Amino acid sequence: MTNDKKRIRGEALVEIRGLKIEGYSDDKWHPIIKGVDLSLKRGEVVGLIGESGAGKSTLGLAAMGYTKPGCRISAGTVTFDGKDLVNASQEDLRKMWGSQISYVAQSASASFNPAHRIMEQVVESATNHGVMNRQTAEKDAKDLFKRLQLPNPDTIGERYPHQVSGGQLQRAMTAMAMSSRPDLIVFDEPTTALDVTTQVEVLAAMRRIVDEFDTAAIYITHDLAVVAQMAHRIMVLRYGNLVEQADTRTMLKAPTQDYTKSLWAVRKLEKKESKSEDIILSIANVDASYSGVVKVLDNVTVNIPRGRTVAVVGESGSGKSTLARAITGLLPPSKGRITFNGKELPPKLADRDRDTLRRIQMIYQSADTALNPRQTVRDIVGRPVEFYMGLKGAAKDRRIVELLEAIELGEDFIDRYPGEVSGGQKQRISIARALAAEPELIICDEVTSALDQIVQEEILKLLMKLQKETQVTYLFITHDIATVRAISDEIVVMYKGKVVQQGLKSQVLNPPYPPYTELLLSSVPQMDPDWLTTLLKKRSAA
Amino acid sequence: MHPVLRTVLQRLGLGLATLLAVSVIIFSTLELLPGGFAEAILGQGATPETVKIFNHQLGLDRPATTRYIEWVSGAVTGDFGKSFAGAGGWRSENVRTVSGIIGPRLYNTFFLAALTAIIAVPLALALGLLTALYRNSWFDRIANALTLTTIASPEFFVAYVLMFFFAVKLRIFSPLSTVNADTAFFEHVIRALLPALTLTLVIVAYMMRMTRAAIIGLLSSPYIEMAKLKGLTGRQVILRHALPNAWAPIATVIAFNLAYLVVGVVVVEVVFVYPGIGQLMVDSVSSRDMPVAQACALIFAATYILLNLMADIVAIVTNPRLLHPK
Amino acid sequence: MTTEHVDIRSIRSRRTLWQNTIRLLKSAPLSAKFGMAVIAFYFFCALFAPLIAPFGESEIVGKAYQAPSAAHWFGLDQIGRDTLSRVLFGARNTIGIALLTVCISFSIGGVLGIYTAVTRGWLDQLFSRIVDIFMSIPVLIFALMLLAMAGKSVWNLIFILAVLDSTRVFRLARNTALSVAVQDFVEAARLRGEKLPWIVVREIVPNILPLLIAEFGLRFSFVFLTIAALSFLGVGIQPPTADWGSMVAESKTLITFGRPQPLIPAAAIALLTVAVNFVVDWFLQKTSGLRDDQ
Repeated sequence: MTNDKKRIRGEALVEIRGLKIEGYSDDKWHPIIKGVDLSLKRGEVVGLIGESGAGKSTLGLAAMGYTKPGCRISAGTVTFDGKDLVNASQEDLRKMWGSQISYVAQSASASFNPAHRIMEQVVESATNHGVMNRQTAEKDAKDLFKRLQLPNPDTIGERYPHQVSGGQLQRAMTAMAMSSRPDLIVFDEPTTALDVTTQVEVLAAMRRIVDEFDTAAIYITHDLAVVAQMAHRIMVLRYGNLVEQADTRTMLKAPTQDYTKSLWAVRKLEKKESKSEDIILSIANVDASYSGVVKVLDNVTVNIPRGRTVAVVGESGSGKSTLARAITGLLPPSKGRITFNGKELPPKLADRDRDTLRRIQMIYQSADTALNPRQTVRDIVGRPVEFYMGLKGAAKDRRIVELLEAIELGEDFIDRYPGEVSGGQKQRISIARALAAEPELIICDEVTSALDQIVQEEILKLLMKLQKETQVTYLFITHDIATVRAISDEIVVMYKGKVVQQGLKSQVLNPPYPPYTELLLSSVPQMDPDWLTTLLKKRSAA
Repeated sequence: MHPVLRTVLQRLGLGLATLLAVSVIIFSTLELLPGGFAEAILGQGATPETVKIFNHQLGLDRPATTRYIEWVSGAVTGDFGKSFAGAGGWRSENVRTVSGIIGPRLYNTFFLAALTAIIAVPLALALGLLTALYRNSWFDRIANALTLTTIASPEFFVAYVLMFFFAVKLRIFSPLSTVNADTAFFEHVIRALLPALTLTLVIVAYMMRMTRAAIIGLLSSPYIEMAKLKGLTGRQVILRHALPNAWAPIATVIAFNLAYLVVGVVVVEVVFVYPGIGQLMVDSVSSRDMPVAQACALIFAATYILLNLMADIVAIVTNPRLLHPK
Repeated sequence: MTTEHVDIRSIRSRRTLWQNTIRLLKSAPLSAKFGMAVIAFYFFCALFAPLIAPFGESEIVGKAYQAPSAAHWFGLDQIGRDTLSRVLFGARNTIGIALLTVCISFSIGGVLGIYTAVTRGWLDQLFSRIVDIFMSIPVLIFALMLLAMAGKSVWNLIFILAVLDSTRVFRLARNTALSVAVQDFVEAARLRGEKLPWIVVREIVPNILPLLIAEFGLRFSFVFLTIAALSFLGVGIQPPTADWGSMVAESKTLITFGRPQPLIPAAAIALLTVAVNFVVDWFLQKTSGLRDDQ
């Protein structure tokens, strides 16, 4: 998508100057966008990238002349096709929305009305704005479905939104946006909720259709590798300010700002793998299910070597989190055995003694829900110290401070509530709670996936440092291949409740691959603007 | 079987089971009294003979399970047995049937409830919609404070305030709403208007707040934002995208509030001396005429259950996920 | 750590509980301040009724239905007792009985609700079904039935209302406790090997307490209104105990003669429940953001 000089025509379609947007909360107006310029030519695709709170969605919507309820434009101008959108009447905006500008939202399942058939909603903007009549619109929609490679393009429109999958619905929403052949489409994190293997298909479909109709687009995402496939030019936002902008190749090759480089921080980490034959935890032929009917774990066998990190990787529904529940005793297996330090673990949590519980600790994905908001750090970290080690009073406090230092937080954090610290600090406190038990095995369930890249990198580095110091073993559950590469010695690939492959990192990440591993690995977007093009060529050749 | 039909049948079954359980509870309250009922009614001075006759006349000398089955099967056909009032005498023709007592009263209560619903439901829905559309405006804030006040006031306070001003001071209505079988329809409406207004004030407050919350919840859905960004007019957004998903919450609001009326009528009927089933129940409770009290309680509970059942069924048959299964 | 965005709140110095309370009260909107003032006034009257009231609770001081005068601000009732004194004593009786009822109702419903939420299983299923059935009979109707059977006495009234109301408390306590019990921090405590009482007291209760307090206010106004209604209907608190509901019923004929006397105890009821509702409304709004605020 990057070498497209003939597609981008000279005139500016969108021109944003000195835009400031504020949001209302706690009886005050807070700045969200602090004075940003953006200009977009006809046929051009610009990527807006940034982490949570960067204001990228707000800016993207402002290009449509729209602000979310509770937000307002306080300064600056937005011009679209020569028209002033800030001062335009609601009626003028309404006439433009759905005809000249359209929108693709993050969650397709929430953005389609559950009460109407897909076709009805796809043709609605075109027929409503009089772009075409109903019959032509339906024919055109079927054509769009075909171009977007939706299965059964002639009949899928008759279905209701809840009857098709998330990836298909996301493509149907793209057809909906394209139905009136707009000049501009705003894509607001359209693939964030999808698994990587689905994401590839949706990305390819969206890019092809935008190409075919020479539509200008604003593509909003937090994933630089994704935006590199879609955009001619990338703008990096942070805290409502523009950090830098450049065309895609320049941005990837030579970013000028440190912050931009930090956006792929995790990708630069790589632990040197090391082999070990000393098995601390062995899972043998384990089946498990929630209802008793569908097996969520199907004959799973995994061995965890002592003092190493084993990454369990898979998409949603692969059973990777269920594996953690089976190990901890929350979901006793219906078949098979789990052996810890050579002794069989009682399947049920209630049957395990305190010392066994102490040796296996768990860290959760969301520290927001994993830490009791009504307890101070002293209570949270101090409880396992007291419960397992029997320390009280000053000895306990000393140990808490030690632990806080181990996770690189000072002792002044001891009386804080979780609500008073940042997301990354919360995750550190979770780690301290696990460390307090002086465990042999820590299960990390997607511990970095809710965090921004740079914080992820810090947490991963901390975990590796702690492993060096204490020889603790990690079972690291994740869906993110970059994280796997960064932290693991061994990798377990899971798919639909089964183990596809287990082996050393160097084995699993290099050919020959089993088919699913190959699909999974090849679907992970790379920091290369040509990645998607090359991949699609390879796949269609195969 | 179609999932909608299956879910509706399940819900109907659950409603029926609940009703049955409620009837057992209501019936068994009679059995809770230590020492037998006749003595409690006839007093300490009653001779064993009177007690025996009383018990025999009312069939109380038979096992409880037999009486329960009789009572329930009778209730299905509208026969609730005999009243205690007048029982215990030598002449059994003095004993009146419960359905004979309840019949005309029930009509009056339904008349009052229907009159209230006709005024209150459209008013509350309209006000709820307006406060939702103009939320946080002065209109919304005043409505919020006013409705909170009405909800928190006892019904008899609202009733007496209305009576004091509209009947006693302004003399627009009669302070007492006495009606009988000979009262003409229009006259009946006039007489029942003041109690209906009292009930309206109380339930409009509830309904309006619930409608407001439901509409705000609906309008903040992502698909409504999507509809706006597709350039639909406000009218199209509401009619085409909000309304088809609004039936379930609206039905819930209406059912909840009509069910609330069931309780509200008791006090209001007593205040205005309106001869409905609520007043009858209070009278029968005071005179410990248990068959009448039980029949009234069963009717109230059945109405309550039925209304909630209907709301649930509306929610089921308008749910696209059930209507169009995968 | 320098790269992380540190919240400003964490730098602020720690305040004492008392300072926090004062700050919170100062920030309350007018309606909530009004509500709190009314509640304080009522409790003052209830506690010190014998000291403030000019006459005794059932002392006959003049002719029946005497109009208001300098000696008797609210006039005399149907047998010549001072209405003002009866209203003051009524505060003590009506509020006291309602409070006692709600306390019992919370001890039953709250404890069972939290317990079943944490243990789940068949006991939870059983209790939930029973509560569903009980909740399909309106409280006022059910209470009328039971009072007719059990006989009219204050203790019957308290017991019956407490049991009926505890079903509502059970429902709320169970649902809120359940929403906390499924959180990861509770799972973490279970994985640590904590026993049930510790989990309930340390992990769950602190998180549902604000909601339970708000519910206590709402249940209080509901029970208070129900007692008033039952007394008004003649089956609640019995004479000669002064009580606002029955005072309205006793003097209701005066309304038709254009005298607003029965409106006084009725207004006293309305004012208190309105005040409680204003405070609860504000408290609920406040507690939704309480986590960050503490």
